[in-house]
Amino acid sequence: MHLSFIGGKYDVIVIGAGHAGCEAALATARMGCNTLLLTINLDMVAFLPCNPSLGGPAKGHVIREVDALGGQMGKNIDQTYIQMRMLNTGKGPAVQALRAQADKFLYSKNMKETLERTENLTLRQAMVEDFIVEDGVCKGVITQSGAIYEGKAVVLTTGTYLRGKVIVGELMYESGPNNQQPSIKLSDSLKRLGFELARFKTGTPPRIHRDSIDFSKTEIQPGDENPKFFSYETTEEPPWEQMPCWLTYTSTETHEIILENLHRAPMFSGAIEGTGARYCPSIEDKVVRFSDKPRHQIFLEPEGRETAEYYVQGLSTSMPEEVQLRLLRSVPGLEKAKLMRTGYAIEYDVIIPTQLWPTLETKLVKNLYTAGQINGTSGYEEAAAQGIIAGINAACRVLDREEVVLSRSDGYIGVLIDDLVTKGTNEPYRLLTSRAEYRLLLRHDNADLRLTEIGYKVGLISEERYQKFLKKKQMIEDEIKRLEETKVKPTPEVQSMLEQAGTAPLQNAVALASLLRRPQVHYNMIEQLSPPPELLPPEVKEQVEIQLKYAGYIEKQLLQVEKMQKMEKKRIPSDIDYNDVKGLASEARQKLSEIRPISIGQASRISGVNPSDISILLVYLEHYNRVVATRGS
Amino acid sequence: MVVSAMDSIAAISTPLGEGGIAVIRVSGPESIPAADQIFKGKKPLKECKTHTVNYGHIIDPASGEKVDEVLVTIMRSPRSFTREDVVEISCHGGIVSVKRILELLLQQGIRLAEPGEFTKRAFLNGRIDLSQAEAVMDMIRSKTDQAFHVALKQAEGLLSKQIRKLRQLLVETMAHIEVNIDYPEHDVEELTAQFIKEKCAQAIDEINRLLKTARQGKVLREGIVTAIVGRPNVGKSSLLNLLAQENKAIVTDIPGTTRDVIEEYVSLNGIPLRLLDTAGIRETMDVVEQIGVERSKNALSEADLILLVLSYNQPMNDDEKALLEQVKSKPFIVIVNKTDLPQQLDLDELYKKVPKHRVIQMSIKNETGLDQLEKAISDMFFGGGIDSGDQTYVSNVRHIHLLTQAKEALEEAKEGAEQLLPIDMIQIDVHRAWELLGEIIGETASESLLDEIFSKFCFTGFFLSFI
Repeated sequence: MHLSFIGGKYDVIVIGAGHAGCEAALATARMGCNTLLLTINLDMVAFLPCNPSLGGPAKGHVIREVDALGGQMGKNIDQTYIQMRMLNTGKGPAVQALRAQADKFLYSKNMKETLERTENLTLRQAMVEDFIVEDGVCKGVITQSGAIYEGKAVVLTTGTYLRGKVIVGELMYESGPNNQQPSIKLSDSLKRLGFELARFKTGTPPRIHRDSIDFSKTEIQPGDENPKFFSYETTEEPPWEQMPCWLTYTSTETHEIILENLHRAPMFSGAIEGTGARYCPSIEDKVVRFSDKPRHQIFLEPEGRETAEYYVQGLSTSMPEEVQLRLLRSVPGLEKAKLMRTGYAIEYDVIIPTQLWPTLETKLVKNLYTAGQINGTSGYEEAAAQGIIAGINAACRVLDREEVVLSRSDGYIGVLIDDLVTKGTNEPYRLLTSRAEYRLLLRHDNADLRLTEIGYKVGLISEERYQKFLKKKQMIEDEIKRLEETKVKPTPEVQSMLEQAGTAPLQNAVALASLLRRPQVHYNMIEQLSPPPELLPPEVKEQVEIQLKYAGYIEKQLLQVEKMQKMEKKRIPSDIDYNDVKGLASEARQKLSEIRPISIGQASRISGVNPSDISILLVYLEHYNRVVATRGS
Repeated sequence: MVVSAMDSIAAISTPLGEGGIAVIRVSGPESIPAADQIFKGKKPLKECKTHTVNYGHIIDPASGEKVDEVLVTIMRSPRSFTREDVVEISCHGGIVSVKRILELLLQQGIRLAEPGEFTKRAFLNGRIDLSQAEAVMDMIRSKTDQAFHVALKQAEGLLSKQIRKLRQLLVETMAHIEVNIDYPEHDVEELTAQFIKEKCAQAIDEINRLLKTARQGKVLREGIVTAIVGRPNVGKSSLLNLLAQENKAIVTDIPGTTRDVIEEYVSLNGIPLRLLDTAGIRETMDVVEQIGVERSKNALSEADLILLVLSYNQPMNDDEKALLEQVKSKPFIVIVNKTDLPQQLDLDELYKKVPKHRVIQMSIKNETGLDQLEKAISDMFFGGGIDSGDQTYVSNVRHIHLLTQAKEALEEAKEGAEQLLPIDMIQIDVHRAWELLGEIIGETASESLLDEIFSKFCFTGFFLSFI
């Protein structure tokens, strides 16, 4: 190392300016902490190194949650998308979700500008190589050039840069994503501090030139005519036309090429040691595993408005470059494909996330937080979600305020973090709606109702937005009350309307609310029958309809939440020694000592901890609390 | 209660009765020292190795009197049923000496166990899981060999196996729904309401099948509530005595240990009968012609099974004819007694009124016909095979409750599918049913659905084939 020098003093230092780092730094700066954001390459801020799209089921929910907490991702994509679609429109309200195609260069540029404009935030290009840790407390970082930055809290977001290694067929080299410089030394620093690391793998498909695609052999996939937005604050579409995506399929020839060259695929030759995700397999994986499937979908997605590059979704591969080219050209529409960037697999270090508290602070080193792919997740949205939580908690630490932990019934963010710190993950973790047990409560449409209060309390939601939110909430409540109290009589007008909607006529007068519960009846019909005193905005109507129509199901889930919250409220003191708890099964004892759950609820979700262990723990806690109470008095 | 310092408990762990061997079980940290206080053998129990059987005598430490000749088994923690130190004293039985030994233990500071407390400890100490614990609890309560058999089977996992099969069916359906939800744009066939409806119906049928056995399970655990009716002197008391004598009537009369009320059980080759109003039957021996039909009528409403006794030697009178009509509303068997005497009863007339297989001819005096009676009862309650080894009986109230709830959830799902509600709403009920079933076998606490889906479908070629 060079001679070191003092680079500066900050409240919070954020390492990495990907989706986690950006949210973390913006949160701390906006909460009033003097923040330093360090990144290896300033041209890669909020870069989308893999697919040029954001959102979809669960992921789209998360973007809205980040927005409700006062984060940036939703606003940034609303300003830079080139296509917006609502998915699952044929299904219930809980699983509908927005998905956007991003102009990935604009997305990055726009976020960088936001960072640059933010008060209390210093953006700087530098590679961090070590931490300053005294008595188990993180006090700062040291960069490659020898600069020492002191910080009261540090948020680490290394993405896939940590000891990154790119693999293309027989070719292998140390690299971050998209041929960026990897971060090698930091991995050793973490090990020295005692962190247990694992090796994960992900991959990306090739990019091809637009003009080499025969679009006539593909199906068009356009965006929505009346797009909705991610951010609750966005009101306007970007000033350009949306761009379509295109669908094609692999052919039998594609599959033959793969099978012929399987010995050259790193996944099968043993060159890759990292664990990949089961839900995001490479094309070679898919062809081998699902040999009976004659074809697989390929989506062609534009990477931006001002580039000719197209992303070949579904063709993620680490085959040698020349095989990749042959693969591409076996796909209808891509016979003359010109390869612009080769697909590759990338391996990187992650820290086992059970080494974190639910605040995302590490258990080993105080005031050090980690967020994003370093915690074993995959996906931009998952990273942003952790980023904002780590940022909020780092700022709360600096400002000596109460920490923020979202529960599984608060949002997908709660589900994500609880899963990570309680169960860990043995593959890159992706959010799915099926991971949430209270899916009907964690809707895309009500993220603001669930989380704005928290965002306001920590200081990331402006007073103006908060007042608007309160007004919306009040309007929803008033209208629901009105519909429950107003009765409609079986007049000829009503009966004919019901008949037209294909539902049974009324026998007696009923409340408007119960009429709305019929599957065939919608709010616009109610509005006609009995208009509210003042016209309601569409998002209020939507809430009223959903909350009344699915009240029965919502009630069921609320009951479950109540049950769970009882368990969550039984806190486990942090100084408990599980060796003192007689009767725990040895696996449970070991797991509990390792994870150190903060509540009985969390303890019950640890795999290997059985109901009998929980009963024992409950009995022990009862005893423990009595002893503490006696001592106290 | 403090887990780390549980007190020690004792109970008589074999049915109380005359003769045979009785076992007193003691569990807890004080079990060995306490037993040592009242035991005299080759060497003190505290010096004996674990899992050894030690011969000696129980001595009343106050008087020095020998109480009984015994074998004492030592099982040290954690290699015991409760994972605590356990002592089992096998004595010569006989209600007097068994109770005496128990009393001596209690005098040493051991507490009388609550019902099921050994199992509870085994459970709290992590020795057994929830479903096993419940089955073992049933086992403890089981009154007959057959009930024991069923409880044992559940502990071994026969019920678990059936429940797992059912959950597998649901998880396949759910996996498909989840794929549709989480990967909306991929070419996996959209699941139709019709498909969900069919799967739910299939699962409901399966649960109904399990619940049908529940009645048998209850019968096995609590006994078939049986009323013996008939006019005076027709042989009711003789029948009762025959059943009791032949099959060792189990009369439990220690309040607090097993049951608070005195009841009379007889076991007819493994079929437990709980006899109603046995005292009444015995009374009639003295109070001739007094009670008759009136009393029988009361018994009718309570019983699972009615044994109507007629005499081969007498024609049916009007009371009997009326009674015959009444019993038809319940499972019943007509016993034609006194076949050792000349026939006076018009059997053809009887067969016109009741099916032939419901009529058993017996001579209680000569003890004939008992086998046929047993077979008739067995056919009636167990579909001809009380001991058909591959049947699963649901014999636990909690299991029945959970199964019923799961069934209701599935019915709601089915209804939702019929009303064409969104797929993710229907999923809520399917998921709930899956969880409720999981509770029976203790499999919901820590696993998520997703793990289940991935572990089951990752390599079957259907779940991931769309990505």
